[in-house]
Amino acid sequence: MIMMPFLWLAIIGGGLGGTVIIPGYESYTDFLASGVIGMAVLFSATISGISVLWDKQFGFMKEILVAPVSRISIMLGKTLGGSTISIIQGLLILLVAGLIGAKMPEPAWFFLVLLFMIILGLGFVGLGLAVASKIEDPIAFPLVMNFILMPLIFTSGAFFPLSRAPEWLKSIAYINPVSYGVDGIRESITGVSGFFPLWLDFAVLAIFSLVTILLGAYLFKKMKA
Amino acid sequence: MSHAIETQNLTRKFGDLVAVNHVNLQIEKGELFGLLGPNGAGKTTFIHMLCTILPPTEGTAKVAGFDTHQNSDSVRAAIGIVFQDPSVDNRLTGRENLDFHGRVYGMEKTQREKRIDEVLKLVELEKRANALVETYSSGMRRRLEIARGLMHHPKIMFLDEPTLGLDPQTRRKIWEYVQMLNKQEGVTVLLTTHYMDEAEYLCDRVGIIDYGKIIALDEPEKLKDQLEGDIVSLEVPQPKKYAEVFRGIKYVKEVKVVGDYLYLTVTGGEKTIPKLMDIVARRGGKVQSVGLRSPTLEDVFIRYTGRGIREEEGGAKEQMRLWARARTR
Repeated sequence: MIMMPFLWLAIIGGGLGGTVIIPGYESYTDFLASGVIGMAVLFSATISGISVLWDKQFGFMKEILVAPVSRISIMLGKTLGGSTISIIQGLLILLVAGLIGAKMPEPAWFFLVLLFMIILGLGFVGLGLAVASKIEDPIAFPLVMNFILMPLIFTSGAFFPLSRAPEWLKSIAYINPVSYGVDGIRESITGVSGFFPLWLDFAVLAIFSLVTILLGAYLFKKMKA
Repeated sequence: MSHAIETQNLTRKFGDLVAVNHVNLQIEKGELFGLLGPNGAGKTTFIHMLCTILPPTEGTAKVAGFDTHQNSDSVRAAIGIVFQDPSVDNRLTGRENLDFHGRVYGMEKTQREKRIDEVLKLVELEKRANALVETYSSGMRRRLEIARGLMHHPKIMFLDEPTLGLDPQTRRKIWEYVQMLNKQEGVTVLLTTHYMDEAEYLCDRVGIIDYGKIIALDEPEKLKDQLEGDIVSLEVPQPKKYAEVFRGIKYVKEVKVVGDYLYLTVTGGEKTIPKLMDIVARRGGKVQSVGLRSPTLEDVFIRYTGRGIREEEGGAKEQMRLWARARTR
């Protein structure tokens, strides 16, 4: 999973770097890095839901579901596990971006970068778990997820500035939670004001995460082994 | 609380299919109870309801004195389960699987380690405990699951087809473990099986289940005693032709036709066989083989349902039921 964002950063970033100039940013890689970090967090968070499907497939889920622990705590365990992995992947991409010369966050702002990664991760682990508890087939899961994730990442402004995008694209970006995640990560890394105010990025993501985790917990509770 | 398990009108439907149909059953503490029936009879659905992973459509069940629906956490803490399909984590070792189980059931570390050694010893897996479950044979996996079910000292143990697909030696071993946990650890056992010999050999009481209903319920010996006599089987072409004739004969108590076989319940089997063969011969038939034996639970099943337990397997209707059941997993 981490290969994709890495390729985006190295190849698209390197290939378009000489051609594309984005006002306010020193290089295209500076701009792109935060989008690709968002992508890494988004993908690995969502796909972590597949562990539920493997557990179902191997029958291990039944062992967990008959144990005297609440469904909520099983779901929260999966959420924390999944988001930990996604944050590590996000940090790895940040490190790689630093190595190829992208701008790094001020030490004081680093916690903000981490905060945005965490809430973005939590939100999409929740979504992944919600979908996984409704699906039976582990092969179908990545297909369904790709169908959701690809449009989300492409319309989020991860790869181009939303400020210069056509209106129809902007209106999609407004209702896309990933836009706020990428925007928050970008502003806290580069210090350049983003498309949305930082507080709005945070508020939208926090609400989105709360909703998907509650939805995931609800569907998890009704899930059969 | 008086019974280990008590159900009242317990029912589960999947669409139009009634998998478990108004079952009223009481199982006493310390009992080794067997639920015997063909594939798709509703055994697994019944167990899934009792162990709280499937809500009933109708009726209630009490396990260890707790309602499975309202008090499911208390039920879960009191029971151990060995599912029909494997449910161990292949990517962990045997010991890690047991340790995980102990943690989830809230056992302390020292308590866990002591118990892991105990249960591993019981199922004779000490030597392979630190190998990945991937490398286990299916018999070893089943043994590990039994060990795991016992980890937290359950009051009641559910075993869903515990010896399905295992070789005869391993089956014997599993039977020994089941008896040991029932007698030595004092655990109430509810097992399901479609093997007659298993139910007959192991169980204190047997309930015969067919199409979601319990159609006979007693000790294996008493169930067999109901048949009063020996079973003579005659293999003849077109057995139906002779069924009516035999029904008219005084010393033939019961006549069942299954496939090419006539099953006759008679008294004094040795003496009656020549007479029975004469009757077939006089009507121009030729008996191809003869069998004489004391009744088994299979005969009890045939008596109640009018068909053998094995012919069910692979039938189109059964396939549908299995399919319907698989879909609900």
